[in-house]
Amino acid sequence: MDLVSFARGPALEVALAVFCLGVVWRIVGFALLRIRRNFNEPRNSLVKAIIGGVIATGSRSWPHSEFTVRTGAGEALGYGYHIGLFIVILAFAPHIAFFGSLFGVTWPALPNSVITIFSVLTFTLLLAVLFRRVTHRVLRMLSNFDDYFSWFITTLVIVTGLMATAHIGGPYQTILGLHILSFDALLVWFPFGKLMHAFYIFPSRAINGTLLSRKGAAS
Amino acid sequence: MAHYHDQPTIGEMLERHGVSRRTFIKYCTAMASALALPPLAGRAMAEQLRAALRPSVIYLSFQECTGCLESLIRSFSPSIENLIFDVISLDYDDTLMAAAGAQAEMARDKAMKDNYGKYVLVIDGSVPTGANGAYCALGGKSAVDILREAAKGAAAIVCVGTCSSFGGVPFADPNPTQAWPVSDIVSDKPIVNVSGCPPIPEVITGTLLQFISTGKVPDLDEYRRPKVFFGNTIHDRCYRRPFYDQGKFAKSFDDEGARNGWCLFELGCKGPTTYNACATTKWNGGTSFPIESGHPCLGCSEPNFWDKGSFYSALSAPRWGKAGEVSPGDVLKVVGGAAAVGAALGVASAGLSRLRQRHIEKSTTNNEAKES
Ligand code: SF4
Repeated sequence: MDLVSFARGPALEVALAVFCLGVVWRIVGFALLRIRRNFNEPRNSLVKAIIGGVIATGSRSWPHSEFTVRTGAGEALGYGYHIGLFIVILAFAPHIAFFGSLFGVTWPALPNSVITIFSVLTFTLLLAVLFRRVTHRVLRMLSNFDDYFSWFITTLVIVTGLMATAHIGGPYQTILGLHILSFDALLVWFPFGKLMHAFYIFPSRAINGTLLSRKGAAS
Repeated sequence: MAHYHDQPTIGEMLERHGVSRRTFIKYCTAMASALALPPLAGRAMAEQLRAALRPSVIYLSFQECTGCLESLIRSFSPSIENLIFDVISLDYDDTLMAAAGAQAEMARDKAMKDNYGKYVLVIDGSVPTGANGAYCALGGKSAVDILREAAKGAAAIVCVGTCSSFGGVPFADPNPTQAWPVSDIVSDKPIVNVSGCPPIPEVITGTLLQFISTGKVPDLDEYRRPKVFFGNTIHDRCYRRPFYDQGKFAKSFDDEGARNGWCLFELGCKGPTTYNACATTKWNGGTSFPIESGHPCLGCSEPNFWDKGSFYSALSAPRWGKAGEVSPGDVLKVVGGAAAVGAALGVASAGLSRLRQRHIEKSTTNNEAKES
């Protein structure tokens, strides 16, 4: 079996299974955790607290006006590469064909040239993010293997994808095989590392926002 | 270069057939350009060929469908008549030769004896080794024995078609006849693979001509295919490539995209991973090639092309299971099964964590009670 067949065959099947198993495991495990009972007098009703949680989910996704100058650049970088990743993943024709055969639905693609521009931009932003992480004293101290490996595996998928479309670094099928294989590795790593934030980020903001709103904090 | 003392040179043969030197140079120049050689190489090739003696070619067909030979006899430049009357001495080909049975076997044995160490052995078809080679036998001998014997005296072996090059259809899972490509059986001779199901006729004749004119095995790729014909993918040279780059794809064989000639990637085109000359040399004297006729490339010149899943599922599509085409139902099975196990693990780990929490709370309450 050649590399592409292996990558999009048994490796993908196992990776997809591990991904689903891990994601459901962590979500169910998280959802069924006991929340400590709060005996304090609530400052807001339950409905108000939930509304506060929903508002916090949105408001915490944008830099607070007071910190815009200090955190704006970092947030812009984060938004930049996340948007780039979404466009490259969801609007490139071969990726749409991939999702189409998995889920049975397809949608229009963007021209390859546009995808290439977004891929290069995303890759550049990912490099900038890494540079910021290793040069920022506090960020560096907060970072562990998980942060670097999650960055590495995401960047690897982008780099191999760019190499495959640009036909550089070796025969197309080898690079394509490596691209799909790196995506398989990302799927396996996803639930067990910080990439899982894709599922946790909004629920955790909503829960924190609700709990804080119950205490009367501004959302 | 081979020497056969009682045979005329190619130049003498050409003169006998009324082919002028000038015509032959023109013809060689065309061949040189097909081989991507510089224009002057055509003249050099013509001179070398004229002075050369016609090499003996022995063409053996094993587990095959004769499609490769059908393709070869449709070669336009050079035509098969040119090739076998002027350039080579085709001493054995059981499909083309007039002789049959014991006479044919005798002709083969004589050619092998007379030209020992000098003849070009052309093989078409895979070689079954199961049941002691009984799945393919000629004149009471198994294909594998004939191949071993014929290979001993060959100057080089040219495998014509994907079956002799990589095993092809007979080699496909579950390979009931234990068929093998020639390179898995013969290891001590130069082997050139001209793969394709079938190969392009001009690629077969071009490879033979290049070998005959230079006496050397051409530059080969990792699968022993001549780089001059197999150096690029179909996708590299495909006239539909601009549509691929623009993200314009035919979604079915009869939609607007198909009628507009858009890229066939989503219909399963294997052009991006297939090395062959279809998009440049084309077929039927340069008329067209499969993609030009609206059909995606099947990847027939690549090893194991038969076992790479559906011809009609996109190259980037997942594939697992026997049929190789994953349906949303198959995905649901994998995802559903994994999710069920994940949910059970989630419940178990949440339960464990609750137990631990309760245990900690209990021991904290006990400690507090003791302290008070
Ligand atoms: S039709 Fe096939 S070979 Fe041609 S551009 Fe599309 S994918 Fe490439």
